[in-house]
Amino acid sequence: MIEPLQTEDTDSDAEGHPYILHLFVTGASLHSTRAITNIKHICESYLPGNYSLEIIDVYQQKALAEREQLIALPLLIRRMPLPERRLVGDLSDTEKVLNGLGISRL
Amino acid sequence: MSLAASDKHNSPLKSLPKSPTGISGLDEITQGGLPAGRPTLICGSAGSGKTLFSIEFLVRGALDYNEPGIFMGFEEKSEELAQNVTSLGIDLNQLQHDKLIKLDHVHIERSEIEETGEYDLDGLFIRLGYAIDSIGAKRVVLDTIENLFAGLTNQGILRAELRRLFEWLKQKKVTTIITGEKGDGTLTRHGLEEYVSDCVILLDHRVNNQISTRLLRIIKYRGSMHGTNEYPFLINEKGISVLPVTSLTLDHPVSSERISSGIPTLDKMLDGKGFFRGSSILVSGTAGTGKTSIAASFANESCLRNERCIYFAFEESPLQIIRNMHSIGLDLQKHIDKGLLKFQASRPTLNGLEMHLVTIHNQIKEFKPSAVIVDPITNLITVGSVSDVKSMLMRLIDFLQAEQITVLFTALSLNNVVNEQTDEGVSSLVDAWLLVRDLEANGERNRGMYVMKSRGMKHSNQVREFVITDKGLSMIDVYLGPDGVLTGSAREAQQLQEVTGTVLREHAVSRKDREIERKRLVLESKIASLKEEFESVQDELNKTYIEDELRKEVMDKNREQMTRSRHNE
Repeated sequence: MIEPLQTEDTDSDAEGHPYILHLFVTGASLHSTRAITNIKHICESYLPGNYSLEIIDVYQQKALAEREQLIALPLLIRRMPLPERRLVGDLSDTEKVLNGLGISRL
Repeated sequence: MSLAASDKHNSPLKSLPKSPTGISGLDEITQGGLPAGRPTLICGSAGSGKTLFSIEFLVRGALDYNEPGIFMGFEEKSEELAQNVTSLGIDLNQLQHDKLIKLDHVHIERSEIEETGEYDLDGLFIRLGYAIDSIGAKRVVLDTIENLFAGLTNQGILRAELRRLFEWLKQKKVTTIITGEKGDGTLTRHGLEEYVSDCVILLDHRVNNQISTRLLRIIKYRGSMHGTNEYPFLINEKGISVLPVTSLTLDHPVSSERISSGIPTLDKMLDGKGFFRGSSILVSGTAGTGKTSIAASFANESCLRNERCIYFAFEESPLQIIRNMHSIGLDLQKHIDKGLLKFQASRPTLNGLEMHLVTIHNQIKEFKPSAVIVDPITNLITVGSVSDVKSMLMRLIDFLQAEQITVLFTALSLNNVVNEQTDEGVSSLVDAWLLVRDLEANGERNRGMYVMKSRGMKHSNQVREFVITDKGLSMIDVYLGPDGVLTGSAREAQQLQEVTGTVLREHAVSRKDREIERKRLVLESKIASLKEEFESVQDELNKTYIEDELRKEVMDKNREQMTRSRHNE
């Protein structure tokens, strides 16, 4: 249903509880591009090979906004592991992002 | 009417386009509705009816003006909302199914959200834009958008984004209602009024003497005239209705047609023709002076003319009135059976004044009577202050006069002193004021009726005695005896006395007549004898005169003969 714009799948089963992340953005806006860069950087640094990231452009699928209760964008949703976590903003505050995703610094 | 007039007036200039709310009364106050294509802020404390107000705006728009609408709720879930308004006869689910209304519940919970940097509310924009486009919405409601402030912490971003949102809504040309909870000293908790500056409406809810009144006030309406008063409004099973406190103009049509009061002798006091059609009449008096009987006679009379009449009874039940009026020979039941007469009885304490007014409005709109009776208005005092009752009656009179309905109020005066100025302060509002008063003398009470005022006609300035018989009501001229005004048995005694006097006087007169006749006869006979006497005297005189003549003739003859005989010798 959700068509990935860009998927980076790297050995999702490696650790047993892979991170499934959905990032909702609005086209190529400043906040969106910054958020994409930031999340990629964080994932690569802290979750190498242990995550799946899906980036969704809400402009392309407007009906999603209601279904996913989108208000503030960009929004990163941690689908897995449960419970679901929601992070808004351009993800520039790495400390908060790590806390929010429940990733301990190595 | 005023709307049409203002449109005509502004025809060379294009006036602000308005989007009618369909809420009865509000469109009159705002002269056409909310500003079309612009945001309107509705603020008020909890339970003041903001959500309902906005729902009604959407539903009326969808059903009556063919303008579909979006309801974006930040508080209630869509299902809850649909359930809550079912009690008002609104089927939101059906409307959603018909694509006339779309509900969208925005769920935002701070505990679930972590803010990790800069963001914007594009999600909301996209969501709203998508909803608007999907049903071609012309109206949007954002129900308590301030809840965003509870979910998101960055006030700077939120404020900027809200400002952008309202601008965007204007560009979208949708008429928007934004609701906001009233804050301390400000209209809304987060100062939304700064951004929404086109039209601001404040809803309030006040409780006085355990009776609550909902009030609405237009604080601001850029680019338009509007009523500035606080207008009471009501929420009942038909939704919201706002009642203008006073109509802005005094331009009712007037009729010079006269209608009978049902009491012929009373009509005679009123220039012989009765009341004007569409006028307001007040009958006041102390307890037991027959006010209800006057009212019932008037009702009976209008039904006999085949006109509808509605009777609002605040004291007696309809059956009681019907039974009691049998005693003065009025059969009201047959009018009810014919559908000409309708009773609407309720205790005044059942509702607040506003609710009464709305009930009266609704009943009148439904039944379309040409005469209305409110019996008595005094009881309304139990649910409101004098000025409240006055303003309610003023509005009622305004409404009835605009509809050309004749109205008769009865009012109970609590003491015997005629208070010339105030009878719930309505005496100045009404066109005709009849006062029924006890006249107590010689150990009995009688009723006196005055016409205190009757605009636009000659009317009797006399006090009449008002009698209630088993054939109906009637007015009798009070008796002005040597000892002043007499009524009741004193009047009857005086009348009897007068009759006796007349008989005696007639007798005396005839005796005098005979005396005169006799005198005349005596004198006439005297005249006759004098005449005889005169004739005999005349004869006597004539006799001497003739003898003298004769003697003279004879002597002449003799002298001639003697002369002749002397010459011959």
